Amino acid sequence: MRPVIQVSGVRKTYGPTVAVDEVSFEVNDGEIFGLIGPNGAGKTTTMECIEGLRTPDRGTITVLGLDPFRQVYKLQERIGVQLQQAQLQKRIKVWEAVDLWASLYRKKAIDGARLLEQLGLTDKRDAWFMNLSGGQKQRLFIALALINDPDLVFLDELTTGLDPQSRRAIWDLVRGIRERGKTVFLTTHLMEEAERLCDRVAIIEHGRIIDIDKPEKLVGRHCPERTVVLATDDPRAEESFRAIPGVEAVTRADLRFTIRGRGDDFVTEVIHCLSENRIRVTDFRTILPNLEDVFLKLTGHSIRE
Amino acid sequence: MMLRGLWKLTWVEIKIFLREPMGAFGAIVLPVLVFLVAGRVAGGRLSTPSLAASNFIHVGLPVLASLLIAINAVLSLVTIICIYREGGILKRLRATPLRPQTILTAHVIVKLMLTAATLALLVLAGKRYYPVGVHPPLFSFTIALLISTWSILSIGFLIASIVPTARFAQPIGGFIMYPMIGFSGLFVPVAALPPALHAVARALPLTYAVALLQGVWNGDAWSAHVGDVAALVVVFVVCTALSAKVFRWE
Repeated sequence: MRPVIQVSGVRKTYGPTVAVDEVSFEVNDGEIFGLIGPNGAGKTTTMECIEGLRTPDRGTITVLGLDPFRQVYKLQERIGVQLQQAQLQKRIKVWEAVDLWASLYRKKAIDGARLLEQLGLTDKRDAWFMNLSGGQKQRLFIALALINDPDLVFLDELTTGLDPQSRRAIWDLVRGIRERGKTVFLTTHLMEEAERLCDRVAIIEHGRIIDIDKPEKLVGRHCPERTVVLATDDPRAEESFRAIPGVEAVTRADLRFTIRGRGDDFVTEVIHCLSENRIRVTDFRTILPNLEDVFLKLTGHSIRE
Repeated sequence: MMLRGLWKLTWVEIKIFLREPMGAFGAIVLPVLVFLVAGRVAGGRLSTPSLAASNFIHVGLPVLASLLIAINAVLSLVTIICIYREGGILKRLRATPLRPQTILTAHVIVKLMLTAATLALLVLAGKRYYPVGVHPPLFSFTIALLISTWSILSIGFLIASIVPTARFAQPIGGFIMYPMIGFSGLFVPVAALPPALHAVARALPLTYAVALLQGVWNGDAWSAHVGDVAALVVVFVVCTALSAKVFRWE
């Protein structure tokens, strides 16, 4: 199947600053694709070039078979957009915003009242935009991004500034968008968000894409280390652990062992060793690397810095 | 269609405007109040005026009042566009099939309606204070004022396109608009100005607005002011084209 978004060799500069350089990737139909990286890495610039809000200096972009620069109005009929740091008129009511947005599209909008209900905004429909909480504003922006029943939805730093509870609620909403058969393109600097939400992610830094894949594949490729922490009073334990295939280090603090190794099979090997030697354990935990570790490895610094 | 969403946007913007207590009060109620108070104070003296004073009260004052309302509308348009730009509202609207022209047109319609409403209230309030026998052609005058406002609004777009932040919008707009009144021929006839200033006056759009408004107020036929209307249309076309080129959405 043809990719929904094709980006090839895109470069965008602002004066002497190169915001995005030689960026190429594809987004497939029906997936949640995440562009992840620290603030200022070029995420928003890339997204806004794809949305047709900015023109790249070089490179080609095709979205739903359209050129986002020359066919921007045609494209906007078929996409839904949530922008970073967007606002609405302070005193516009929630239902008025939804009603206004519904009138902007050629194709018949979906039922605004139902949309507000799904997003938990029904009892806020008469509230002014300025009186909404951060989470409610974001949910309204999601409603506006979905009002034209788009094939492709863009979400830029959707949950930044929200508390963990609102964040989780919004993740569920985004999964719901995918379940309706739509494609989602999002940016985030939260690795947890990318890991839980995205089918595939592209890691971007200093305007360049470093790697693209499924989150677990990225972790497997760049951070093969596995760690098992367990507790046992068996005197044969330490010796047996050192014989596990792939083991790199065994450290012990009182009855607690930390066993480090690498490879997808390492945890299985540890379990195998325990059962073969009939070692009785009172605690067993695995510590697996995540996208945060991948980012640290690839860039040499944490995403928060 | 280009105008998709125009009426809904216009309607929403009117409602939003009315929800802003100071905005509606300042733009509509305040001018009428000032006018009423001034009329009450001057009322007794209007019956036996000197010829010059009478001429200003009968023609100059209504024209000045109308122009101030129009300029007020322009300045508030400039401010709103700047606030919308700074807040990312323009950018959010742009990420829809809504055309830029539609957004501007909606705001222009709101401002024109505001101008017309304020003017209507002023006329109603002023009826008491006009000496008997003065019957300005109100319908034609309203049309003339709307044409003038439309043209002046286009200067407003241009200012709104260039002004960096909302904080500067009002002062810069005022700095550009108000001095124009001085050269517009309202207080001193253009013909009486020194030749150098004469040229300045001819180059300023407000001069044509004043000529049109004064003439129509005095009962001139429209045919006598084709040149003024044409000049205002040219100003509109030039400013609109320029601002479309330099307009910044964010």
